[in-house]
Amino acid sequence: MSRRAGDPGSRPGTRRSAGARSAGPSVAQDQTRRLEQLLSAKEIVVVCGPGGVGKTTISAALAATAAARLGGRVLVLTVDPARRLADALGIAGLGNTARRVPDEAFAEAGVRPKGELYAAMLDMSESWDALVRRYAPDPGTASQILSNPLYKNITQRFAQGHDYIAMERLYELHEQGDYDLLIVDTPPSLNALDLLDAPGRMAEFFSSRLLRWLIVPYRSRLVNLASRPFYQVADRVLGSQFLEDLAGFFILFQTMRDGFVARADAVNRLLRDVRTTFVIVTTLEAVPAVDAEQLIESLRARRLHLGLLVCNRVLPGSFSDPSVGRTAELLGQRSSELAESLAGRLPVDMAAASRPTTDTIARVLNEVARSFANFRLVATREAELLEELSTAHEVTAAVPYHPGNVTDLRGLLEVGARIWGDEGAAPSGEASATDRPRGRRGAGSSKEDTGPVAPGPSAGH
Amino acid sequence: MPELLSYKLLFVTGKGGVGKTTTAAAIALLASQHGRRTLVCEAEPRGDLARAFECGPTPFGGLRVSEDLVAMSMDTEASLREYLRVVARVPNVGHIFPVARAFDFVATAAPGIREILTVGKLCFEVREGHYDLVVVDASSTGSVVGQLAAPTGINELIRVGLVRSQTDWILEILGDPSRTGAVVVTTPEEMPVTEAIDLAGRLAEETPVHLACVVANRVLPELFGRSEEQIFNELCRPTRLDLIARELDSSRELVEDVLAAARLAVTVRRDGVAHLERLRAEIAAEVPLLYLPYLFARAHGLRAVRQVARALSEELLT
Repeated sequence: MSRRAGDPGSRPGTRRSAGARSAGPSVAQDQTRRLEQLLSAKEIVVVCGPGGVGKTTISAALAATAAARLGGRVLVLTVDPARRLADALGIAGLGNTARRVPDEAFAEAGVRPKGELYAAMLDMSESWDALVRRYAPDPGTASQILSNPLYKNITQRFAQGHDYIAMERLYELHEQGDYDLLIVDTPPSLNALDLLDAPGRMAEFFSSRLLRWLIVPYRSRLVNLASRPFYQVADRVLGSQFLEDLAGFFILFQTMRDGFVARADAVNRLLRDVRTTFVIVTTLEAVPAVDAEQLIESLRARRLHLGLLVCNRVLPGSFSDPSVGRTAELLGQRSSELAESLAGRLPVDMAAASRPTTDTIARVLNEVARSFANFRLVATREAELLEELSTAHEVTAAVPYHPGNVTDLRGLLEVGARIWGDEGAAPSGEASATDRPRGRRGAGSSKEDTGPVAPGPSAGH
Repeated sequence: MPELLSYKLLFVTGKGGVGKTTTAAAIALLASQHGRRTLVCEAEPRGDLARAFECGPTPFGGLRVSEDLVAMSMDTEASLREYLRVVARVPNVGHIFPVARAFDFVATAAPGIREILTVGKLCFEVREGHYDLVVVDASSTGSVVGQLAAPTGINELIRVGLVRSQTDWILEILGDPSRTGAVVVTTPEEMPVTEAIDLAGRLAEETPVHLACVVANRVLPELFGRSEEQIFNELCRPTRLDLIARELDSSRELVEDVLAAARLAVTVRRDGVAHLERLRAEIAAEVPLLYLPYLFARAHGLRAVRQVARALSEELLT
């Protein structure tokens, strides 16, 4: 991560940027360039982050935009997309099969893609079955394992099993070499970093002394001294019949050991490879932000490459802008006078068949002021969190809050444009309200900053 | 006392990120305020509960948060130890063999062991009457069904042994709708609502636990009535914006930015209502649907929990 060395002047003092309405053009270009560099240099992008922050949408948006702008064959591997998004990508109910998103879908979104976009879902049980078939010594053993009643139970509930499968599939796709860029959306897990340890744990599991303890006695019936206490307890707790069933299953499973261990090592190496980068997605709510911070720390501790931090569903910067805030306060304070001035000019309400009263108008104005004050609180907190998080990493993208869900390619490309840091493909309608500085890059020192930047402190403290 | 608080065991679940922990903490806090001796347990120990109550780490043995409220984190290994000591009467297992590794292995290998140790511990607290109410900040959708289905699954897989003999009373507690219930938390958004509907179905089909209520969290209040919204739309026209800007000695852009907040609140609320209608239509009519407001607060942690508890209290009384 030597590239983070540069970029001075971005540490403290960026607080004022929270109020900036938009990043200047050079800032945006800088972001675009860095991101394009990143995605051109890497072959694998692992998207992780806490649950419920929009990982799947961000993964798909990154893939769609990379395919459109950078070219090449781009695959997004997603775990559990919202139904409408799956429909939009044409992958609903397709299991592990990758499907190309047709150029017509891009044309509908008004884009002629430079490259090709593919999407695939991650079918857990299909992937497990494929693994067993690959590593079982012979087809007979494979079908014995697959038909064992414990097999489904164990693979479905295996701790970190989903994580392992996601990483395993990623490895397989990379090895096949059909795609220039693989973007993988990771399954929600207890700890977002479990997936990094999953291959190692898989290998460890097979090498475990306890696995041998469990298997050996049912072969030799001679329990050695070290494992005897284990049996005394395990027998009592689980019953010897169940232990025997379990051992029977693991004797079969053991036959795949070498294949699994070698493969887990290879998957591990791939995650640490220079061609792999990690993208962390979070929202600027308290709990996810803490999780994201921990994730950043762990990636760093493991010397894994953090390429991009995406803060999703960020409120418009104008909501924390002090001058907008002052206008909102005035609007509330002088609501009655304003209502007087407005009353005669507003048209007759058809339903009520009369002009709105000053009282009603004043009430609306007060609601507007209150609403702003409400969002201002949230936006200010978000701005603080964004700043904290962006000092942790070089490339930070803020994706504005988007009412409703992204359900088509156009929406994905709009989100992508936000990550890329250009305003060109900004969503219509909400555009002016959703501009937002891109992390610390919207630093107050930037000359290009337009809009009412007032270097006042954020509310609170 | 509200009906929800008269349960003995509540599993609070839902999609990741919808506010399960805060909701569970609020239910527990409210119950303790009603004088119920309450245990709140974080099933996946990540420290969220400690953050919610702004207390120190919540160990397996429990941490007293207030007079009638104890918080704990699940630790399946400690649960196994306790189980072996109390039920299987195997003294001090640590000396016999490395519990951690053995446990890790057995739990990994034997389906449902980790789950039953979680559910078993919680049911144990209920059975022993240590608390009037046990609130579980349960795992999210995928794992919670596995946890609650585990006793049934184990009954099928394991025919003899101590674990087997324990499942009967656990199942009795889990399956008693007067004692045990699930609380599904969602937010008025597409994926959380879809998952809540899905989860309600799976709980009914795959587990013995009945659905006590659905909580719609972070619901925005209705800002305007219909005629008020008309006025608001009028205010958004350039000439009105200019007039307001003149009177306030401000600019059109600034006024527009102020109005954008109300516009956002209206749009988000409208989107949310559509999802909530879907939720209502899909989930059986007899299941209560509770609304908790979006908190426009800088604070999280204990203050937020108190606010949610207050809102919940009002909602339960109406």
